[in-house]
Amino acid sequence: MTQNVTPVEAFVADFEAVNGLLAGNDLPWLSSLRRSGIEQFSGQGLPHAKLEAWKYTRLRPLEDTSFRPVNDADGGAGVASIPAVLPSDSSHPRIVFVNGTLRPDLSWLDALPDGVSIESLGQVIASDPEWVGAHLGRIGRLDGQPLTALNTAMMNCGCVIRVRRGVVVEAPIEVIYVAGLTDSPVAYHPRNLIVMEENSQATIVKLHAGLGVGAYFANAVTEVEVGDGATLRHYRVQSENRESTHLANLNVRIGKDATYDGFGLHLGGRLSRTDVFARLEGEGGHCGLNGAYLMKGREHCDTTTVIEHHAAHTTCREIFKGILDDEARGVFQGKIIVHPGAQQIDGHQLSNALLLSDRAEMDAKPELEIYADDVKCSHGATTGKLDDTSLFYLRSRGIPEALARNLLIQSFLAEVIDEVKDEAVREALMDKVIHWLPAQCFLAEEWTK
Amino acid sequence: MLEIRNLHASVDGTKILKGIDLSIEAGETHAIMGPNGSGKSTLSYVLAGREGYEVTAGEILYKGKDLTELSPEERAGEGVFLAFQYPVEIPGVSNTIFLKEALNSIRRYRGDEDLDAMAFLKVVRQKTKELNISDDMLKRAVNVGFSGGEKKRNEILQMAVLNPALAILDETDSGLDIDALKIVSDGVNALRAPDRATLVITHYQRLLDHIVPDRVHVLAKGRIQRSGGKELALELEEKGYAEFAEAAA
Repeated sequence: MTQNVTPVEAFVADFEAVNGLLAGNDLPWLSSLRRSGIEQFSGQGLPHAKLEAWKYTRLRPLEDTSFRPVNDADGGAGVASIPAVLPSDSSHPRIVFVNGTLRPDLSWLDALPDGVSIESLGQVIASDPEWVGAHLGRIGRLDGQPLTALNTAMMNCGCVIRVRRGVVVEAPIEVIYVAGLTDSPVAYHPRNLIVMEENSQATIVKLHAGLGVGAYFANAVTEVEVGDGATLRHYRVQSENRESTHLANLNVRIGKDATYDGFGLHLGGRLSRTDVFARLEGEGGHCGLNGAYLMKGREHCDTTTVIEHHAAHTTCREIFKGILDDEARGVFQGKIIVHPGAQQIDGHQLSNALLLSDRAEMDAKPELEIYADDVKCSHGATTGKLDDTSLFYLRSRGIPEALARNLLIQSFLAEVIDEVKDEAVREALMDKVIHWLPAQCFLAEEWTK
Repeated sequence: MLEIRNLHASVDGTKILKGIDLSIEAGETHAIMGPNGSGKSTLSYVLAGREGYEVTAGEILYKGKDLTELSPEERAGEGVFLAFQYPVEIPGVSNTIFLKEALNSIRRYRGDEDLDAMAFLKVVRQKTKELNISDDMLKRAVNVGFSGGEKKRNEILQMAVLNPALAILDETDSGLDIDALKIVSDGVNALRAPDRATLVITHYQRLLDHIVPDRVHVLAKGRIQRSGGKELALELEEKGYAEFAEAAA
């Protein structure tokens, strides 16, 4: 690669080099989907600060660092212990990818309940190309989304979960992506597809965890269909390493009387951005889109969401809370759009950030676009510091300052973590939060009771 | 127990306390009364060690030790307790966890072992029983959704559990109706003990009908203007604070 190759040209060259080896290269529909992905990406280029949606987040690592595509050797990396959210006791289904390679040796997929399939993208493309062709790329947009376009061209790993009509899955399904420990910076493009058929129910916990200190680029796209009457609890944890770039694009379609309950916990990553596009397409649908981000050092975390009400009698609830220490920067851009004719809408959006340092920064941009008249929508955004009086109150009771600060941070986050309906997951997330806190807090065990 | 000598203190560079002398013995209850803006709350914050309340001269001797160099948590460890005028709400943290962390922090400061969950509950249950407080209050988040009376009772419960040697009650009567005032005062009286000194800070005399002080001091313009027995409170009720405002002017 010469000096004057642009990052976009480099990604395109990588695509041309590996294209023939990607999953499903013998399927015409998939080849043409990939081709249109790379053309869209090449035509649009990387997002830049002149775009309104990207004015707070610059993709500098993609400009400065050369990322090569992951290979099988990266995927075979020995991982001493698998980072996880849920207890590692094989009591629930789990699928593990290391640097973009499915690792059956680390996954637990033997005893799946009837009506549930959990496979890698490559497996499904081979086993049921017709079904996957009917669902893949149907929700995620390529226009105006160059990173989704790049993912569409390069997608070679990812998790495909299908829950059949009426099936209720009790145990949470855990999807784990481990990245890092490569000899040079790598890029991988996981593509997830979750199809909840009519009246099905499931809980999915996804973790992106980074190991080591080397740079890598995760460019994830997830498409979710929540069929009529179905319920998906979708919990995501991002715990990438300090040199990582994590870009995630989540696209959700919510049917009639369906519930999508999403929560994102962002605990680490040099540069991270999550774009969520949720569409409420049937009456009675509900979208919960909540999350918390805890950033320190020079980490940057951007959450950008668009919730669209296309149908009447739909509701959404969106609460994001952030803790920013050192020189960390947080971005929240939340938009709720109520389309004409979508009456009787109830929408609530809130962004609260707590700055623990004078050098930390928060940019919040809540937006409502309402084209219907019978609508109840509220939104608010605050950025502040730990309350002096509260801190003094705790300290005056004998609680040392470091613990008092931790208690107030936990108090601040408790409101949003309470939105997680699954008790085991809620406890696991609070445990992650407590381990993030500056001085280890010794009441972890009791906190969650 | 507490010996305040020539105490001067400033907040944001503004001098508020201008030479306070006050001495309280173990077993005694003193009241500090005074008009709004006289420095009553400042005195309570200075005693508890709130940041931003700067002692510019004088000393605060507590059991012979100078408090001014100690952090708020160290003062609590030494046995100082401040009941807040406006108790703080802490969502998501239950009263039980809060009380347990506070009690164990103080025990650790003193070199004692932590109480385990069982031993702690035993202590708390005994105190709630003595103060006639329902266990339900323990499960709720600290002061969240509490009525004014409940918040003040919660302060008294904390005081009972932490068992301080010096209790400072800042405007404990504010925001209470007559019934709540009686309940809270009963709680304070139940905690009067030969080895404890209590400093009651109040604007109104009515609290002192319930918590009868040994001494009453009038604080105005940053200084103690006059001291006397409990009858001084009645005199103030009748005449108001005008005389002191003028005297100090």
